[in-house]
Amino acid sequence: MSLMKRISLIFRSKASNALDRAEDPRQTLDYSYQRQLDLLSKVRRGVADVATSRKRVELQIKQLEQQSAKLQGQAEKAIGVGREDLAREALTRKSGLTTQITDLQAQRDNLQGEEEKLVLAQQRLQTKVEAFRTRKETIKANYTAAEAQTRIGEAMSGIGEEMGDVGLAIQRAEDKTAQLQARAGAIDELIASGALDDASQLNSGDDIARELDALSSGSDVEAELARLKAGSQPQAIESGGDILADEQAEPESARRDTEGGQP
Amino acid sequence: MIVRILGEGQYDLEDHALDALNGLDTQIESAIESGDEAMFRTALEGLLAAVRASGTHHDPESLDESDLILPPGDATLEEVRELLGDDGLIPG
Repeated sequence: MSLMKRISLIFRSKASNALDRAEDPRQTLDYSYQRQLDLLSKVRRGVADVATSRKRVELQIKQLEQQSAKLQGQAEKAIGVGREDLAREALTRKSGLTTQITDLQAQRDNLQGEEEKLVLAQQRLQTKVEAFRTRKETIKANYTAAEAQTRIGEAMSGIGEEMGDVGLAIQRAEDKTAQLQARAGAIDELIASGALDDASQLNSGDDIARELDALSSGSDVEAELARLKAGSQPQAIESGGDILADEQAEPESARRDTEGGQP
Repeated sequence: MIVRILGEGQYDLEDHALDALNGLDTQIESAIESGDEAMFRTALEGLLAAVRASGTHHDPESLDESDLILPPGDATLEEVRELLGDDGLIPG
């Protein structure tokens, strides 16, 4: 995933966890409902087909019954005119028709049974589809409400982003201030420890001043050397021995302080 | 498409401008992975410059969520790495 996307995603997840970019379940529900309606209409068509077949069979039975009645009449007439042969022929045909009628009646009963079963199944399915429709509408209403909630969340996410931006700017400013303070503190410590020269204390930062400093430190060394050399001769103690003179002077002054301090 | 440069604001960009940015974005990503500070700096500066050049300032009055968010121009490699860490950019 690209860096820009990753940073954006981190912002999103931080600003709002309510964002859900899943596909719209309302469309899925509607599609499912449509499928159920299709199925229901197929069952209805099946019921209609069976009913049509049953009606066709009933019509055939009716026609055959009419034909059978006609043959019965013809047979009676033939007996009336003394034509037994014709009457026998008519009754034979009628007998064939009766067999057909019985078969067709069995078929009709069978179709009627099927039709009743299908009508029952259709009614059950219709109830289920109705229930699904109600549930679907409830879910859709809930989803629409949730979606509105999500929109609020998205707006909040925008605010979160703004806040993050401001927060970042403040954080960076604070970090820089802290860095500068830490640096200033470190410099103070280095000056105090002598590792760094304090520029404000060095009023003579140029070459001439440095040379004069070097000369004066050089003459100090010479003077010290001379003192040490002189220190090896005994008479020099009275004349230039500062250290011994100081050591003797201190107890004397201490004594003077003690005597002076008494009433 | 709205792109936010952190600490700087939002820019409106045409979608086709994204193709040009993707190359630089990939460079930044690989620079972070390899820890190449110089490459990271060049790529980030290039990316931000491209956004500024090809985009216009988004109306600051309208509160819109950005499609993409970019680190600030002076961000270091380490800061961006942290930004992508568990704590993220916005505390809490």
